[in-house]
Amino acid sequence: MRTNEIFMAIKTDFPEVRQEEETGAVIIPKESLLKITRYLKNHRLAFDNLHCITAIDRTGRVELAYTLYSISEHHGITLKIYLTAGEENVASLAELWKSANWLEREVYDLFGVIFLNHPDLRRILNPYDWKGHPLRKSYSHPEVSIKPRL
Amino acid sequence: MNTSQTKDICTEEFLINMGPQHPSTHGVLSLELKLDGEMIRDCTAHIGYLHRSMEKLAENRTYTQFIPYTDRLDYVASMNNNMGYVMAVEKLLNLEISDRAKYIRVIAAELNRIASHLIAIGTFAQDLGAFATPLFYCFREREKIIDIFDQICGNRLTYNYMRIGGVQFDLPKGIDEKIKKFIKYMRSKVDDYDWLLTYNTIFLARSKHIGLLPKDLAINYSVSGPNLRASGVKWDLRKDEPYLVYEKLEFDIPVGENGDSWDRYKVRLEEIRQSLKIVEQALGALPEGDPTVKIGRIHKPSPSEIYLRTENPRGELGFFIISDGSAYPYRLKIRSPSFSNLAVLPELVKGLKIADIVCILGSLDILMGETDR
Amino acid sequence: MLMMLIAGIAVLAFISASAMFLIWWERKVSAHIQSRFGPMRVGWHGVLQPIADAVKLLLKEDIRPAEADKLVWWLAPFFAVVPPVMAFAAIPFGKSLIPKDLNVGILYIMAISSVCVIGIFMAGWGSNNKYSLLGGMRSAAQIVSYEIPMILSMITVVMHANSLSMQKIVEAQSRHWNILHPNMLLAALVYTIAATAEVNRAPFDIPEAESELVAGFHTEYSGMKFAMFFIGEYTNLFIIAAISTTLFFGGWHGPFLPPVVWFLSKTYLCIFIWMWVRWTFPRARVDQLMAFAWKVLTPIAFVNLAITGWLLLK
Repeated sequence: MRTNEIFMAIKTDFPEVRQEEETGAVIIPKESLLKITRYLKNHRLAFDNLHCITAIDRTGRVELAYTLYSISEHHGITLKIYLTAGEENVASLAELWKSANWLEREVYDLFGVIFLNHPDLRRILNPYDWKGHPLRKSYSHPEVSIKPRL
Repeated sequence: MNTSQTKDICTEEFLINMGPQHPSTHGVLSLELKLDGEMIRDCTAHIGYLHRSMEKLAENRTYTQFIPYTDRLDYVASMNNNMGYVMAVEKLLNLEISDRAKYIRVIAAELNRIASHLIAIGTFAQDLGAFATPLFYCFREREKIIDIFDQICGNRLTYNYMRIGGVQFDLPKGIDEKIKKFIKYMRSKVDDYDWLLTYNTIFLARSKHIGLLPKDLAINYSVSGPNLRASGVKWDLRKDEPYLVYEKLEFDIPVGENGDSWDRYKVRLEEIRQSLKIVEQALGALPEGDPTVKIGRIHKPSPSEIYLRTENPRGELGFFIISDGSAYPYRLKIRSPSFSNLAVLPELVKGLKIADIVCILGSLDILMGETDR
Repeated sequence: MLMMLIAGIAVLAFISASAMFLIWWERKVSAHIQSRFGPMRVGWHGVLQPIADAVKLLLKEDIRPAEADKLVWWLAPFFAVVPPVMAFAAIPFGKSLIPKDLNVGILYIMAISSVCVIGIFMAGWGSNNKYSLLGGMRSAAQIVSYEIPMILSMITVVMHANSLSMQKIVEAQSRHWNILHPNMLLAALVYTIAATAEVNRAPFDIPEAESELVAGFHTEYSGMKFAMFFIGEYTNLFIIAAISTTLFFGGWHGPFLPPVVWFLSKTYLCIFIWMWVRWTFPRARVDQLMAFAWKVLTPIAFVNLAITGWLLLK
């Protein structure tokens, strides 16, 4: 199924979703995350593979992007959640898809987004006692921000 | 012995730390094992020893300047990493590349797949104790592939060969003769490995029914690549979401039955044979033209984002690129196959012995450069 | 008295020369099996390599782990080297070339070789290191289990020769070698497998399984102490090959050439086969090893013993 068709199928059951114009990603409100993902996994849309979770640090908000694929139905969708600054917490998907366990730990480590009810929320790539969340735009380190000459 | 007597025997669990410096952990991986004698009660993986903050670095490099960094992700299969990244950027820019470049990319990627699987098989056999002999044979074959790559792009390990819009150099004269000779040589060698290792009693006893990964668990953990196919799922991005010229080429997807370590090894061995088939067909169908890049090196895509996944030897490598209109990506996320494949390890080793954890780790074919980025 | 002294010195000299030769030969055999060359620089085709290795090990710093159990850790290498050297006292090199023809020769050798396991276990415990302890425990279990099939297969030979003395066993094969009898062939196979496990060689080398336990029981040993373990291993290898030659392949019997040449060539051929097996097969797992010893080899050895008895009584 094409992205638009999947979006229309989700919208019929969950009218609170909307679609991002340039990318086709489905923007869902943070509170309905568990409902909608459970629906996507168990419904005939059969999204059984949570491929990637990432975060994007925009000014004033943090976007979370979930990329889901279905092996049986050969389609994929990207879900997005806009988290306003100061409220960067969202429910964890670790009980639905086990791949979310480490992927969410990585987002927590690099961005500081708290995943509620995560079984083991610790840093994964940086040392356990690291301070700060490196992939934020506000995190600066002299060595990392050098732009080589073009 | 009745139960009252066994209650008096006091056994203690002890904690052993395997790594980060250990001959078998394939890079810097630390496994914390809770042991009861030889049996593993629990296993925790600690990664991040090779974390080089590539994603943060990407925000300060232009799209072309980031290509050498992708080499160093999965340093054993550099061509495939390059290809995944470059294809993602080309889709972002809506760029078409010449047919010759597509075929050359397929040839390079498949040769590198063979090289990567040779390392996987050699180190797997070494971890099982066939001390060094299969490893030396596999590296002898790998030398020939590296020699071919040396002639194509000048590098032996981190090739930096693909460019946005094509490849760096055209194939040199006489390279197709060399590749054809290699294909013939490699076919006989794969039969050798099959004969020496695959049905050897000790090899079978060590790897059959060890580390059983059921289908549903594999899909739920987002395991990909030969590990997923060994569990019985017939999914390969080259056939199910074809890119470049894979739909014009004929090849099979080897699938395992049980999902144990022996199946993972066998799937990789069969994939070498299929890759040889692909390279042969691609060489025969190579069109004329100019595969090098004709556009400039600074790209400024319009603000949008793309997620593209390709089939690496270790699994599905995904690049999530978000651009904001400048020459530097706003966010680049690398979804590495080894990261997801490694997450399944603690589930597989419960109740097995130390010797088995080495076997399972070898069969999952993890590379820490990719896991930690 | 003088003869005993000369015999002792000759044996020690032979052991050193043999260990050096075996070190070089193992590296060459393994290299050629792995399609590479092995030592080539030190001397012609690397023949002086063992001397270079010995010099290096002598000059290495002797590091002792701080928490190690001092006496146990220090004594362990001796238990690995001294018993094999002592076992040489009863090996028949030639018609009268045997340091001492004990009338309980084979029993003496078996008893002395069993002491080696104490050395390995002491090394594992004394190092105060979990990996070494695992290696030591595995080794103790393995060696003790495999002694039973080994001794059982030796008993069939003793029954045939009617004597425990090594020279008498060789003389009983003056007409034809022991291995030509079918029950002796079975005994030889059982002996070969059990002896591989006794000296911790692949495919039964889990006590020093490099890929799992780093270096197993000798992780914490460096310099001369490590050299002791190394020499002990190669001396042990020579002893089991010598025993297999004596018991099954006719000892020093053979036409034309002097007996000692026959003995040595048969022994080194056996050693070559052991090396060939080491570099070809993967390693068995601990529980599979134990199961194989107790559930397969020991019953076969017992059945063989019964068959031999029946054949002799006929």
